[in-house]
Amino acid sequence: MPWLTILLIIPAVGALLVALIPKSQPLLAKQAALGISLVELVLTIVMITQFDHNKTGYQFFQRYDWIKAFGVHYEVGVDGIALVLVGLAALLVPVVLIASWDEVDDVAATGKRSVGGYFALILALQCGMVGVFVSLDVFLFYVFFEAILIPMYFIIGAYGGPQRQYAAVKFLLYSLFGGLLMLAAVIGLYVVSTKHGVGTFDFTTLQGMPISDGVEKLLFLGFFLAFAIKAPLFPFHTWLPDAGAEAPIGGAVLLVGVLDKIGTFGLIRYCIPLFPNASRYFAPLVLALAVVGIFYGALLAIGQRDMKRLVSYTSLAHFGFIALGTYALTTQAGTGAVLYMVNHGLSTGALFLCVGFLIARRGTRDVDGFRGMFQVTPKLAGVTLLAGLSALSLPGLSTFVSEFLVLVGTFTRYKALAIVATVGIVFAAVYVLYLIQRTLTGPRPAWATAGAGPDADEGMVTEYAAAPAEMATGSGVHGPADPDLSDGEQVTPGGVRRRGPVKDLTWRETCAIAPLLGLIVVFGVYPKPILDIIRPAVTATLQNVNQHDPGPTQVSSGAH
Amino acid sequence: MTHLLATEHYLQATGVFKLTWLLLVLPLIGAAVLLLGGKRTDKWGHIFATAMAGASFVFGVILFFALKGRAGNSRAITETLYHWIPVNGFSVDAGLLLDQLSGVFVLLITGVGTLIHIYSMGYMSHDPGRRRFFGYLNLFLASMLLLVLGNSFLGLYVGWEMVGLSSYLLIQFWVAKPSAATAANKAFYFNRVGDVGLAIAIMLMFSTVGSTSYEKVFGAAGTTLTKGTLTALGLLLLLGACGKSGQFPLQGWLPDAMEGPTPVSALIHAATMVTAGVYLICRAHPIFDGSQTARTVVLIVGVITLLYGCVIGCAYDDIKKVFAYSTVSQIGYMFVAVGLGPAGYAIGIMHLLAHGFFKAGLFLGAGSVMHAMNDTVDARRFGGLWKVMPITWVTTGLGYLAIIGFPGLSGFFTKDKIIEAAFDKGGTSGALLGTATLLGAGLTAFYMTRIFVMTFHGKRRWLKEFHPHESPKAMTIPMIILSIGSVFAGGLFVYGGSVQHWLEPALGKSAEVGAHTISPVILTILTLVVVLGGVSGGFFLYERRAVPVFQPSQVTAFTRAARSNLYTDRANETLFMRPGQWLTRMLVFVDNSVIDGGVRGLAAGIGGLSGRMRRTQTGYVRSYALSMLGGAVLIAGALLLVRIG
Repeated sequence: MPWLTILLIIPAVGALLVALIPKSQPLLAKQAALGISLVELVLTIVMITQFDHNKTGYQFFQRYDWIKAFGVHYEVGVDGIALVLVGLAALLVPVVLIASWDEVDDVAATGKRSVGGYFALILALQCGMVGVFVSLDVFLFYVFFEAILIPMYFIIGAYGGPQRQYAAVKFLLYSLFGGLLMLAAVIGLYVVSTKHGVGTFDFTTLQGMPISDGVEKLLFLGFFLAFAIKAPLFPFHTWLPDAGAEAPIGGAVLLVGVLDKIGTFGLIRYCIPLFPNASRYFAPLVLALAVVGIFYGALLAIGQRDMKRLVSYTSLAHFGFIALGTYALTTQAGTGAVLYMVNHGLSTGALFLCVGFLIARRGTRDVDGFRGMFQVTPKLAGVTLLAGLSALSLPGLSTFVSEFLVLVGTFTRYKALAIVATVGIVFAAVYVLYLIQRTLTGPRPAWATAGAGPDADEGMVTEYAAAPAEMATGSGVHGPADPDLSDGEQVTPGGVRRRGPVKDLTWRETCAIAPLLGLIVVFGVYPKPILDIIRPAVTATLQNVNQHDPGPTQVSSGAH
Repeated sequence: MTHLLATEHYLQATGVFKLTWLLLVLPLIGAAVLLLGGKRTDKWGHIFATAMAGASFVFGVILFFALKGRAGNSRAITETLYHWIPVNGFSVDAGLLLDQLSGVFVLLITGVGTLIHIYSMGYMSHDPGRRRFFGYLNLFLASMLLLVLGNSFLGLYVGWEMVGLSSYLLIQFWVAKPSAATAANKAFYFNRVGDVGLAIAIMLMFSTVGSTSYEKVFGAAGTTLTKGTLTALGLLLLLGACGKSGQFPLQGWLPDAMEGPTPVSALIHAATMVTAGVYLICRAHPIFDGSQTARTVVLIVGVITLLYGCVIGCAYDDIKKVFAYSTVSQIGYMFVAVGLGPAGYAIGIMHLLAHGFFKAGLFLGAGSVMHAMNDTVDARRFGGLWKVMPITWVTTGLGYLAIIGFPGLSGFFTKDKIIEAAFDKGGTSGALLGTATLLGAGLTAFYMTRIFVMTFHGKRRWLKEFHPHESPKAMTIPMIILSIGSVFAGGLFVYGGSVQHWLEPALGKSAEVGAHTISPVILTILTLVVVLGGVSGGFFLYERRAVPVFQPSQVTAFTRAARSNLYTDRANETLFMRPGQWLTRMLVFVDNSVIDGGVRGLAAGIGGLSGRMRRTQTGYVRSYALSMLGGAVLIAGALLLVRIG
């Protein structure tokens, strides 16, 4: 069964279908999009069960000629690394659709945008995400790598916050710049392959190809810079806080959850196997950027007032860990890094969703507009706390497994770097708990005192007709982050839709967030199934470039 | 080094021991039901949680006696539950180890834990968050049991951070109080600093031994590991221990943690969690046995902390803060004991167990007083309570006598042992250590007398609208049980060297035979004289003289220093917090103006961004389409060029 092609076609066709649904039927568009994404999820799960983790090499492999003249193929297949990321994308899309159910209703009500358009863009994005991870032809990869920018550009630019156009263009220009560098390197690879008489973009053929030293370094830099911008790594990150803050919550989750993983995925899938010598040569540089990123991202996250920017900066710190694990070149660190990619998608996705839910209730992204949410919305506060704990890699949660693997794997080769990076866990605690302290603890805020709250209603869906008008604000996503917003005052940008008083986590929000947190707990307690998928792929990747784990240094040779 | 062999070989679990995991799963179920079950469990949640704690205790007792029924050298039983993190050479199993050491901890944790659950049924009966409270308490029990039962350092680490989480949640249990949230964060940060040490230690173990399991690491500790590695491991573990146990220089969070409800202070911040550092050092004794340097640093940390806690304990009027500093100081004693190496491990554990009883009892007494006095903690507002709260007076009084080392009570046996062992170390260092511990005993007697007298004796200084009364049975019964423990535990532990003997296979043979520097009898008399001095000091200053209702401000520089925690908090602020805030602000500025500004400037220079910013939406699409087209042409052109060339 051509699993991967089916997984590519479903969201692509789905996006078209959803886009064609007339504006007057937004609900149908939502339901259709959700249905399509659920079909994709089910198929992905079935495919994962078919995956044989004892086999090395790529599975569900398919290859057809595309542009014969240039040796371009439609060639797809997955190893464990790609498989888990496809799985992550398949899970996050329906989660995002559920969470964004009425997020763009306000924007759509102005008549300029349609609800269906937003949902279609997300499905288009999914097609691109699957494409990037499953491509085994470098050219095909490049096409998906660039094509994915288009839906994301529109998601941010058309459906985002007040500064959306600035953020969208910044995102696009940064990415195009990186893409251009990669394009040059892709062409360079092709040139190298023609020198060897094949003229191909086929990844597996290119992999073993000898490249002269200087050329290899240049080509490495082309790919690396593209990925470093995509991930992003310090100091190529400044598009991320803007994009993350201005994107609608659903877009932000997919942006940091999956799209950024393309960068870190590219490091382990393309940079190391294609340019092993250059990778070793530049490893100190990458590792240094990674460690700087851990602290830089953390300190900036601590200093943010805009909650969405804050979460974006925490991602910068996490990408530091991922890059560290990837370039430590040990199987523990590498496996940890790939698991970190998945976990970061789940954990930061969950945190972004929680932050979005909070923002929707309060009408501002400014952290100073909040306090005491433990008392206003105890369940939402509880899940926010859990999502936060996963962001600080609490043992027992899956993020700990990946972070510790990265650190321990790095330690066996680069002791000093690992020690410095470990200090980063203190900073992680600070940015998470400081956010929790400012938003969730403290006395009950005045703006949330009218009637509702935890003790008013367990059913949570009831609308309170008697609610005072100033409480009943519309969606907060578009509200300006006004630091002077005082209690009781809320900005209602469109004033279109009215909500009841502050409600606790609704069943829809619960459906969106529960799978993420559930997996975080399950893989924290029992990570073996997912490690069994990732480990062989990482081990093979490193073996192919002749990189072996350092053994224990102080054991007697003849010991038991 | 022969004693090391005993710890390397653990037996596989059979029979009832195969169910050891139930110990921690029972309270975990309790936590899950209460925290996920929501309001449905409001009515019966606290009973369920207490039942889970109780069941865990009963099962703990069964296991303990099953362990006792086995031969001395076959009491270390391990069980692998499943493969947790298997990545090539790094392979960690989820496994448990029940031996003499974890066995006594299981009894302490579940025993005191159950009593405090019962106490909390009374103490928290009117609190709207009662269900959450009991859920967190159960979560704590499960985490703490994991900490002591794990059979690898990574397993211990999971429990180690999970107890930190429970502690964090319980300190800020009253979430509306900003001071509680601050204290909780402070606790978590300090703990994480310690955890960095523990985490790096585990990495070092893996890179040198290739494993994090006790069996492999301890096996290598006696054979292949170099002295330098052992010292590094010892110091890193000590950093972790200092964070968790509130030892210098990471002691600052523990007194602030008193923001949490008093049962929490009794269970977590006195009897169990904060003693985890002592457990860690004892558990890792093959590492400390191999490094004199690491042990010396443990001793130094212990001495500094024990005196630090005593001095500050003299200056506070807040009854919970005094008890908290007392805890800091008593754990300092335990660190001194375990820092002495094989001579002191068992003594440290004995004091830990005895302390678990009397300090939990003292805290519950304080809670009972607060319960009666509308949550007042200022002892200057108490006075003469012995008449209205007789049970609390007696139980707290017994705890008080136990901690100061009144002859025959727990502290008398266990603390005197530490002082004796310190002098027995011999030489100048032994004399210094002994003197410091002796001085600490005197100071302890003074500040404990002071706070006890201020609370229960003298004139009544409380406000007219207060109507103090004895606490309900749910609270007094656990207090009575703990006070019985405070009286007899020490004697039982020491009687015939029973605890030392029991722990010997797990901790190695105690080296304490014969060689006393000072005869124990003389030392006991000396200690009693010092303690008597402290008691009479406290008695004459605070019983005979009237206690002012307001804290006097005309005091010596020394008192002022003690009241400001010997300026340690200020040092933390000046050295870490302020520079950190400054750095954060500077980086936010740099990121916006320098890094991002550079990029923006570059873009503007190329003529892209700033122009585009002003265009309309359709302009975007057009320019975007244009750039895509440009890209496509570029690709095609480049490929053609390559093809032709």
